[in-house]
Amino acid sequence: MTGVELPLALFLLANLAAALVRAARGPTAADRMLAALLFGTTGVGILVLLAFAGGGTPLIDAALTLALLAAIAGIAFVRRAWTQESEESGDA
Amino acid sequence: MLEYASAALLVLGGFFYFAGTLGLLRFPDVYTRLHALAKADNLGLGCVLAGLALQAESPAVALKLLLIWPLALAASAAVSYAIARRAEALGIRPWRKEEK
Repeated sequence: MTGVELPLALFLLANLAAALVRAARGPTAADRMLAALLFGTTGVGILVLLAFAGGGTPLIDAALTLALLAAIAGIAFVRRAWTQESEESGDA
Repeated sequence: MLEYASAALLVLGGFFYFAGTLGLLRFPDVYTRLHALAKADNLGLGCVLAGLALQAESPAVALKLLLIWPLALAASAAVSYAIARRAEALGIRPWRKEEK
């Protein structure tokens, strides 16, 4: 524990909040999905940081699971959900 | 000494995470955003994991931390490839500087 963990976890949380802007704006479904993928990687970072800021090792297992789930969500989105581009990107 | 190396790696990881988020917000189309997300973010994750593995109390915990990284790398590579391919199949054109 170096004292950097908690501030850094907060900083990553602020990053996630900023990424919500992209999820709200779109313009394509993939852009919203990219925000979800960012939640995956950044969420793993936050969880391992919290594990070392006093949360204990179970949080590392949760981080591993989150990484797996983000991958599955991304593949499921591409294979199942994103079959047509309904809202055509106007700002190309 | 180990503490300083760990803290430096953590801060470096935070910087790369910030770069990834900035790219997601500022880049013009889905392909360039994929580029920002798939590389900068995973580098940030690698730096954070390496920094924390330096201060792990047992080798098992450190190894588990370092195992998350290849998993995240493989997952992000596969998902990025799938998204880019599907985006092209759906007719989303890559951003060009000359357009408008």
